[in-house]
Amino acid sequence: MARPLINVPASVKRGQVFEIKTLISHIMETGFRYTTTGAQIPRDIVTTFSCSYNGEEIFSANLYPAISANPFLTFSTVATESGTLDFKWTGDNGFAESATAKIVVE
Amino acid sequence: MSRRAPRLGPIIGRVTAVAFVLVAIASAANCADIPLDQRRSGYLDLGRDSKAMQDDDTINPATLWVQDGEALWNQKAGAANRACADCHQDATVSMKGVAARYPAFSVARNGPINLEQRINLCRSEHQQAQPFAYENRELLALTAYVGRQSRGVAIAPPDDDRLAPFVEAGRKLFNRRIGQIDMSCAQCHDDNWGKKLAGSLIPQAQPTGYPIYRLEWQSLGSLQRRLRNCMTGLRAEAYEYGAPENVNLELFLMWRARGLLLETPAVRP
Repeated sequence: MARPLINVPASVKRGQVFEIKTLISHIMETGFRYTTTGAQIPRDIVTTFSCSYNGEEIFSANLYPAISANPFLTFSTVATESGTLDFKWTGDNGFAESATAKIVVE
Repeated sequence: MSRRAPRLGPIIGRVTAVAFVLVAIASAANCADIPLDQRRSGYLDLGRDSKAMQDDDTINPATLWVQDGEALWNQKAGAANRACADCHQDATVSMKGVAARYPAFSVARNGPINLEQRINLCRSEHQQAQPFAYENRELLALTAYVGRQSRGVAIAPPDDDRLAPFVEAGRKLFNRRIGQIDMSCAQCHDDNWGKKLAGSLIPQAQPTGYPIYRLEWQSLGSLQRRLRNCMTGLRAEAYEYGAPENVNLELFLMWRARGLLLETPAVRP
């Protein structure tokens, strides 16, 4: 329901390392839990995440059931050119979410 | 003479017993309230990471609910086809400080209602829509969005004489032993805050940041969910969501936390 939250600095100096923080709304149901009547709650998790910087993939991750709800991922990269950062999440039951952020390199 | 002397024994014993009971009652009344200047938000006892999580809206997972709440605020609903914004306009202006003075007295209910109940009243009366179920995502989202507008505002329970008996009822509940464990809220949160219960710090139970994102829940949750947690922990039968007892407890807790700053939506372990 909610849009993913992306936190990147508005502008960075060329060659500088900057941090990217992402937070997405997802229940991350492990598939290991049961209801009170004994029925298994099917797994429903985000399985992959990737981030590309001006079309080039700079970070990707595979996610597993042990990762908590609303996965928060943070990583860093080197500022090369001004442009866009594209974020993609995919998961069980056809889950797909994407977001973009602008970055200005001075 | 020699026969009379032993008879004084039981009398003195009874007098001391009565005196002891009186002293016990007096001291119980004394230690009921935490001195105003010693009250502290649970935030101060958070770890560094949890503090960072609460402080930065782009990291705080509760922001996901606040965003949803903002969308719901502007979304038309019900037979009246009206959005919250159609009456209340910009929530950042109209809702500032509102969460700090709830629960408030409702003439219709002839008692206090909390923020969730106020939102649902608006829904059923003004939007003519189905009220949200307690703890459902939409209700939490709207409550978090409204609450967020009061961040940094001092908790100020309404100065309303009609609320007094309900505050008192809440206080009674807070001090009443319940459950198989046979303990009251006050025994932990008034008398032993700052000490440890198993490995965990006992907080003062100041409701400064509800609805909270609780790491244990991996979700946002209301104050009543938290209260019910404690009751279950004491192996008592928890009051239903929205029950007058829970609202009275909320009211008493907000009165007890008067003057502390709201942090909604807070992060707690």
